[in-house]
Amino acid sequence: MKVEATIGKNMQPLLRVENLVKRYAKQSLAGTPEEFLALDGVSFTVFPGTTLAVVGESGSGKSTLAACLACLESPTAGSIWFAGREIAKLEERASRQIRPQIQVIFQDPASSLNPRWSVMEVLAEPLILQRKFTREEIDRGISSLLERVGLSPDIVERSPTELSGGQRQRLAIARALALEPKLLILDEALSALDCSVQAQIANLLVELQGSLEMTYLFITHDLAMAAHLADEIAVMDRGRIVEQGQAQKILKQPEQETTRQLLAAVPRLTLVPPLLEQ
Amino acid sequence: MIAILEIQDLHVSYRSSGGGLCPALTSVSFGLMPGEIMGVLGESGSGKSTLAGSLVRLLPANARITRGAVQFEGTDLLRANADELRQIRGRRISLIFQEPSLALHPTMRVGEQVRQVLAAHDSLGKGALNEQTRQVFDQVFPEEPDRISHSYPHQLSGGQRQRVLIAQAIACGPSVVIADEPTASLDPTTQMEILGVFRNLREKLGLAMIFITHNPALLCGFADRVLVLYAGKVAECGSAETVLASPRHPYTKALFHSIPTVFDRPGNTRKTKLPAILGDSARSLPIRGCPFEPRCTEKMDICKEREPAAVNLSASHTVSCFKYES
Repeated sequence: MKVEATIGKNMQPLLRVENLVKRYAKQSLAGTPEEFLALDGVSFTVFPGTTLAVVGESGSGKSTLAACLACLESPTAGSIWFAGREIAKLEERASRQIRPQIQVIFQDPASSLNPRWSVMEVLAEPLILQRKFTREEIDRGISSLLERVGLSPDIVERSPTELSGGQRQRLAIARALALEPKLLILDEALSALDCSVQAQIANLLVELQGSLEMTYLFITHDLAMAAHLADEIAVMDRGRIVEQGQAQKILKQPEQETTRQLLAAVPRLTLVPPLLEQ
Repeated sequence: MIAILEIQDLHVSYRSSGGGLCPALTSVSFGLMPGEIMGVLGESGSGKSTLAGSLVRLLPANARITRGAVQFEGTDLLRANADELRQIRGRRISLIFQEPSLALHPTMRVGEQVRQVLAAHDSLGKGALNEQTRQVFDQVFPEEPDRISHSYPHQLSGGQRQRVLIAQAIACGPSVVIADEPTASLDPTTQMEILGVFRNLREKLGLAMIFITHNPALLCGFADRVLVLYAGKVAECGSAETVLASPRHPYTKALFHSIPTVFDRPGNTRKTKLPAILGDSARSLPIRGCPFEPRCTEKMDICKEREPAAVNLSASHTVSCFKYES
């Protein structure tokens, strides 16, 4: 309902996934080849400036989906339309033009940032790789990225290991924003952080979406955070999307057993009224 | 009832590479009652894991316990010698770590890993040892104890591996289990399952537990009491119902408030900002006064001048904040 109101009638989806299938070959203990179906016919669309949360238990195929969308894995079958282009089966050369527009933020910033690089090097790398910016443009880019994610410019000389968990995830977000992507894939990007830091980073994501018209694919097992950040929720189970729709509707009237089980497992704090009114 | 584990005025510091001492825990005191689940809540750097480690003296080499006592079954663990500690660790008090895949030997069947815990502490014959291992697996994996005990860690799911660590922890029949973020790497359904296992064991074996976490919601309906740590100091301590439903310390209140709920709070529309606590605990520690003062929204002049003492709000609820001093 909300989604339709914000996107208008003639808006094109930024991302349209049709019948995506990913099979992994695996070997049984006896040595006979077996197949594992990680994605079993997944379809959905995401409109610009909105957030789709993909929720499900571990092993439901969420991260495989993220890898396929980020052109890190090539799907076995199906198609991915991104900004009007089919990107599922692109050649290496062509996918290099697409990849900068789709960025991924991973769960653990401690392992997704090179510990031997300085903050400056981490942020300069994507800009240097594009080979179209001058040194001054890169320097200016770095300071505006730091400002955008709320990091102080005096940390450029530090190594990521000297930053706190929240600062590291801000750095990972800054790096992802360096090439002005259209789609950010957040693969459990908040789960490794403390509750109070999660709230800070969630606020940063909301703010960036507002100012940059960013589109998010938010992969998570935290239904409460999905409810807070997402316009739509897709529930995955064993490689399939079993239920999908407007976030509040899915949470209030879940139709599938998987969704109900996920909801039942959300630990909740029931605060007494005086605190809520503050 | 007397406490089974009594922590008195515990101070722990880390020696930094420059030679200075960096305080990690300052004057932490509490008692753990038999069969009680004590939830310890705090963010990274608040001293939660230092607390877990200092109770059984498993701390990094640069840590110094500078003051305090930990009374357990008539012994002060902080003054016990290596032999006494070996008798207690893993047998009377056991520790469960956060990352089950790192805590298990990758090329040893998990049954053997539990058996070795028993063999290290009890001089049992081979038959008795195997029998006891089987009993432990029966308790933790009632559905398929044999299959699991013959598996290697990589053949098990995250939740099953965590259960193996629980099996190791309870193998020798301890009276206290310290669990340091035991569910942090698991998804919510598995988290609930593991909490269920703990609850069950508490009922069956009368275990007392210290359950360390950064997620207050996990403690709801699970912990009996909650201790909130901030910058190595006890901010608030009380029964779980009181602290979780109506927290008093400004930090606890702000923390609970920053967590999104599945359903919108009244008047709260989507894509609004969460009321996050600003700043960062490690970088905003004041030299004087209350450690939470720089981030506190309810601060007063006095908060900058000295540190608040613990105020008793009721017989079981204490808060370290000037707001409640009369």
